[in-house]
Amino acid sequence: MSLLSVKNLSVILATNDGPARAVRNLNFRLNRGETLGIVGESGCGKSMAALALMGLLPERSETEGEITLDGENLLEKSDAEMCRIRGNRLAMIFQEPMTSLNPVHTVGNQIMEPLQLHRNMSDSDARAETLRLLDRVGIPNPKARIDNYPHQLSGGQRQRVMIAIALSCQPDILIADEPTTALDVTIQDQILELIQTLVREEGMSLILISHDLGVISENTDNILVMYGGAAVEMGSTAQIFDELIHPYTQGLFAAMPKLGRARARRLVTIPGTVPDLISLPAGCTFTDRCPLATDICRNTVPPNVEVKAKHFVACHHLDEARHRKTEELFS
Amino acid sequence: MTTESHPVPVLEVHDLVRHYRLPRESLLAEPGHVFALNGVTFEIYKGKSFGIVGESGCGKSTLARNVMALEPTDSGSVKILGKEVVGLSFDQLRPLRRHFQMVFQDPYGSLDPHHNVGRIVAEPLAALGPISKAERESRVRNVLQSVGLKPHDVSKYPHEFSGGQRQRIAIARALITHPELIIADEPVSALDVSVQAQVLNLLKDLQDEFGVTYMFISHDLAVVEYLCDEVAVMYLGEIVEKGRTEDLFNTPAHPYTRILLDAVPKPGSGQKRERIKLKGNVTGQTERRVGCSFQDRCPMAQDICREVKPPLSPVAADHLAACHFSDTVMKTG
Repeated sequence: MSLLSVKNLSVILATNDGPARAVRNLNFRLNRGETLGIVGESGCGKSMAALALMGLLPERSETEGEITLDGENLLEKSDAEMCRIRGNRLAMIFQEPMTSLNPVHTVGNQIMEPLQLHRNMSDSDARAETLRLLDRVGIPNPKARIDNYPHQLSGGQRQRVMIAIALSCQPDILIADEPTTALDVTIQDQILELIQTLVREEGMSLILISHDLGVISENTDNILVMYGGAAVEMGSTAQIFDELIHPYTQGLFAAMPKLGRARARRLVTIPGTVPDLISLPAGCTFTDRCPLATDICRNTVPPNVEVKAKHFVACHHLDEARHRKTEELFS
Repeated sequence: MTTESHPVPVLEVHDLVRHYRLPRESLLAEPGHVFALNGVTFEIYKGKSFGIVGESGCGKSTLARNVMALEPTDSGSVKILGKEVVGLSFDQLRPLRRHFQMVFQDPYGSLDPHHNVGRIVAEPLAALGPISKAERESRVRNVLQSVGLKPHDVSKYPHEFSGGQRQRIAIARALITHPELIIADEPVSALDVSVQAQVLNLLKDLQDEFGVTYMFISHDLAVVEYLCDEVAVMYLGEIVEKGRTEDLFNTPAHPYTRILLDAVPKPGSGQKRERIKLKGNVTGQTERRVGCSFQDRCPMAQDICREVKPPLSPVAADHLAACHFSDTVMKTG
């Protein structure tokens, strides 16, 4: 049985302009020790899906569907029960380490908090464990750093502290939402390496959320591509990069400048901009920007077709999408 | 290009130095300094794109502000179209500013939310002196069209546009004075991938159409490779390697460049490539050190690196690097 299974998850946010479906009918499974990458642009619902898993959605929101962790539906849990699950079984690393750490507490106190709350540790035990965690996440000289405030650390070190907090209660699943977007490439490399090592050694599952196909490609077993709140393509990382099928995945890959590519060739662009969640079509969310779109796309939700073993694509025009080259598709 | 016989640099930067003074920590101690720029020299020729890459804290944005004459420079020279701009007063600079304009990183912070697009885009025309209303309107219309916006967008306000469209407005504002040089500081970092490609293609098209020269600052090496003819890699306020984009990316001669290139995740390359990794992060902006600026993080540092500062010297045609071991670095490519 999968450790985590998400069935028909929808998140509806109440906004002043009406309800916005930030996540629509999302389905995926995550086994123990597996890594899943969720990739998409801003507003595609990847962060909302993560917040729904953590039970941290904004107040004016509704969820539908099921999130099952070890056979228990998280959406039916009370706040008090979620408090015990959060941190203990599910932990999250956020994008901006400066805003997600509290500036008026030392990093030591912030790591000790979950240890004392969830694992009932005494002050001295928690402090000893904190030193061990700081060392584990590669912060040099933990004895001096434990009493530092976040502003005294560099961006990379702050993200290491966030990882130490997430690790403190040995969660089953680590959710990392754009953990390296605010960091330089060399630091990004270090942090991703650290997350990989920890996930492997502690036997955790990882959900890595990113807009960067490169980051996802190098750090995950499976990928879920989201657009406008819906999953458009899903499968094993190797399989998907072997054959990108959905027009959006193709366009996203082609629009990315890649090192070592001939400079004379123009980048492929997807026309239009990232959609507004309130006015999305009822059918395929990519309709307005898709070169293959027809009437059926606008009104009917495309079926999730298994094109190869465990490689799912949600598109009405599968054959055309598969057989036309990306450059022709978006020209 | 017609300039090939007599190349005229649009921008010449020579030995530019900028140090920021830190607040005194005690009455008796000398105040510390942040050594943001320590003698940067380069030139950009007409119609070319010059990329500047480096991690945060390497001085690339300080360089942009100094070239734009937005803050006083300690020493060195910046010549735009052969005319020195360092040391000029605000009033003397004003008529010159039409030749060099800037596009900033954050399209949300760089446009005044109280002004409509027409007013935002027309603002740099003030540097040209009085012009007629009809002339101003026609120029705004033309420039909006060339960046792919519609004429009726002039009466809209910034909040009515998406991030990519706002960056188009910022580019239109920079273009309206027909500048020779546009300095773009991370112009696409805040944009989504699909929108970033549109703006990058727009920048290329504008260069083909108007022959503008770009000084393009970015931390994203793939973006720089796509857009730039020449690249300089900065580390701790110095250029450590400079050359034609293809040379520098194919055969890097400085270990820092090689590590930066290796650190970029590549989609579809499979998991975990073999690569040199870099420990620690950029430190040492506040100290004067002997020897190479990269010595603390360099995997191949030797005694000589701690004693003698390697000069930026030629390693191939049009390719400079500041490393004692650039031959070894180039061979291991």
